[in-house]
Amino acid sequence: MKKHIRGMAVGLSMALSAALATAPALAQTPKRGGTLTYMIPADAPPSLDGHKENTFATLHATAPFYSTLIYVNPENPSSTTDFVCDLCTEMPKPTDDGKTYTFKIRKGVKFHDGTPLTAADVAKNWEYIIHPPKGVSSARESYMVMVDKIENPDPETVVFKLKFATSAFIPALADPFAYIYKKDQLEKDPHWFEKNIMGSGPFKFVSYDIGQSIKGERNPDYYHKGQPYLDGFVAIFAAKQSVRVDAIRADRAATEFRGMPPSARDQLVKELGDKVNVQTSDWNCVNLITPNQKKKPFDDVRVRRALALAIDKWKGAPALSKIATVHTVGGLVFPGSPLAATKAELEKMVGYGPDIEKSRAEARKLLKEAGAEGLKFELMNRNVDQPYKFVGTWAIDEWSKIGLHVTQKVLPTGPFYDALRHGTFEVTVEFNCQNVVNPVLDVAKVLPRSVYPENYGGYEDPKLIELYNAMLHEIDPAKQREKMRAFEVYALDTKVDTIMTPWWNRILVQRSYLKGWKISPSHYLNLNLANVWLDK
Amino acid sequence: MYRYILNRLLFAVPTLIGAAALVFVLMRLIPGDICVVRLGGGGGVVDPKAVAACHAQLGLDRSLFLQFVDFVVGFGRGDFGISMWSGKPVVVEIGSRIAISLEIAILSTVVAVMIAIPLGTLSALRQNSWLDHIVRTVAIAGIATPSFWLGIMSILLVLEVSQLATGAPWMPPIDYVPLWVDPLHNLSIVILPAITIGYRYSAVTMRMTRSAMLEVLREDYIRTARAKGLLEQLIVNRHALKNAMLPVVTLVGIEFAFLIGGLVVTEQVFNLNGIGRLFVQAVQNQDYTLTQALVMLTVTIFVLTNLVVDVLYAWLDPRIRFG
Repeated sequence: MKKHIRGMAVGLSMALSAALATAPALAQTPKRGGTLTYMIPADAPPSLDGHKENTFATLHATAPFYSTLIYVNPENPSSTTDFVCDLCTEMPKPTDDGKTYTFKIRKGVKFHDGTPLTAADVAKNWEYIIHPPKGVSSARESYMVMVDKIENPDPETVVFKLKFATSAFIPALADPFAYIYKKDQLEKDPHWFEKNIMGSGPFKFVSYDIGQSIKGERNPDYYHKGQPYLDGFVAIFAAKQSVRVDAIRADRAATEFRGMPPSARDQLVKELGDKVNVQTSDWNCVNLITPNQKKKPFDDVRVRRALALAIDKWKGAPALSKIATVHTVGGLVFPGSPLAATKAELEKMVGYGPDIEKSRAEARKLLKEAGAEGLKFELMNRNVDQPYKFVGTWAIDEWSKIGLHVTQKVLPTGPFYDALRHGTFEVTVEFNCQNVVNPVLDVAKVLPRSVYPENYGGYEDPKLIELYNAMLHEIDPAKQREKMRAFEVYALDTKVDTIMTPWWNRILVQRSYLKGWKISPSHYLNLNLANVWLDK
Repeated sequence: MYRYILNRLLFAVPTLIGAAALVFVLMRLIPGDICVVRLGGGGGVVDPKAVAACHAQLGLDRSLFLQFVDFVVGFGRGDFGISMWSGKPVVVEIGSRIAISLEIAILSTVVAVMIAIPLGTLSALRQNSWLDHIVRTVAIAGIATPSFWLGIMSILLVLEVSQLATGAPWMPPIDYVPLWVDPLHNLSIVILPAITIGYRYSAVTMRMTRSAMLEVLREDYIRTARAKGLLEQLIVNRHALKNAMLPVVTLVGIEFAFLIGGLVVTEQVFNLNGIGRLFVQAVQNQDYTLTQALVMLTVTIFVLTNLVVDVLYAWLDPRIRFG
């Protein structure tokens, strides 16, 4: 009873905190001053170069120093379609049948060394990102396949010419890693930004102690007038979760910007009450359970269907959400997107049926037909607790209900990727985690490896590629939605190339004096801190 | 003695070469690719072109033989190369972490020696007394308790006690500041880890001190000293303790060398950016150059510590002469 009451108190407190997190913050006038201390839940990033890296550790450490051409609206980051200008003056309307986008660049923007930032800098950076010269690597080249060329007709204009019109272009352009570096420096030494920081963002670089902390101070020449509100920030690398929880508790840091498990949230809310706010969001990350179709019996669609049918997503998601960072049942598309399947649409697909007993009876029948009754196999997983191991353990328990005997093999990141790339696994828990919600590109994960290098299912399927291309090139939203459904049904229901697990749940606990920052569906977004202020 | 030290240093060369070959081969036997981990670990698309460019930049497209030659020649010249993960010189990577690891190692050793030697000696002198039983219980508890667990508990204790006392939970800072910049801030960070590590360290040393003292106290020369009517304090300090210190010094030396790179979990618990944490990161990231350099550093520390211990032997026991 006591435990129950305590649980209710925690729940009420969390609801109150969540409400406090949003409503009053909107009404308050930002205060200037103060230094924000936050934690980066990682060890040292590989380098400081956004163009080259893919890890959030780089982004959480360096985003406040840089500008981008456009970004997800920092005042409305939970939207999957609200993109606004950062360095440009106005979001352009496409011309040339949707194949040309002309951006006008703000005047008066300065790099932190005092030199002006012009359209030439923007054009050169995007040229390096999309078509990196020899010896330069870009982690975002493959996201920009639609871009044919970039032109810079005058010091205030950048023109993107596309190979084909697609709704995927603008979200891809809002990539938070697409920092605008100084053109001269980039041309002189493209590797300079791996170890040095010099941007035009809201904060100027102060110091970086490898693996320890990074510090910034207000940029008085920032082009968004009145911002940033903070005098500066200190970001401390703290890979271990218990350190981060204790640090927030003792107010050594105000927050982190990745995500915490429910247990950490509950603990902090219980101990600090209204001294913390909780913000939550569906997260543009999901674990997928992928059978290796090069290994028998997973080449048999009946076996794959049985694996999907056995898992009760509707009952599993709310139960798992109490202990793991997962929450929402969804299909291939991020649940908050207009292109995502509705519940009714999901329920028509294999593994989403509302009657689990009926599904499991069908699963047993399929296994019998395929000669795979009582099948034993190994589920490979990555050595990451949240939520990989929780999801893997849950799936194994679900499969045991149709008589399967599954063991879990957990590998560190390096060997895990090695096994994925060499196909030395039977079934694996893998993941799809993207920054800007861009469903048209995000769902490419299920395309065969000949098209998408990060597919590990071991299949080739021309029809799947055909369905994808039809959807990619469609610019009418309604028709594109239909084509997305056809693609999704084919991948998840007809072929069962992969099994979706509940989408991740992003939970952030922040000291209540931290204001202005709003959660987004990705831990890669909304990190330049320009609109953050401290109510102290 | 100088000749002895020189000989020992020369004998260290094959040890170092053997360690170099071993770590070079073992690292490459671990499945995985640093470029793939780096580009795809966060969930991004790993473009084969980007992987190829990464391999070329890191020199991983060259033959293993050439890579090994580069590593050994570089090590011989004192050039450990560039970290494959961060692109920074390995010397910079290690240099930025060695201060805190050394500081923790020295402080823990001081804590351990200050606790272990007096208590171990007292325990031996009062064998089977209540004091002996308490000391032995404390020592066994210290050996049985992992330092990282003790670390977590000590932080929680500080948080809880401060909350009870002041209403606001307090914990030591998590942003490291060097001793010479702000000694108080620095000490507030390192004191808890030094105590938690020092406790386990002292437990092992305490038991060794006790058993060595018990053995020495039964020697004929101690009986003779007592028969001559020497003061008990003189017998213990000058004749017994000094001779009992030989195994204790060896143990302290080995433990000290271990502390430089072995505090993997404890450093994580206290968010200390030391060599142990760097070691784990380097292995996880499959950063060959950094791991190789760290292994070589550890081997060198062990070799030098053993040498120092051997030299100390001669000071403690004049019968030992260097051949």
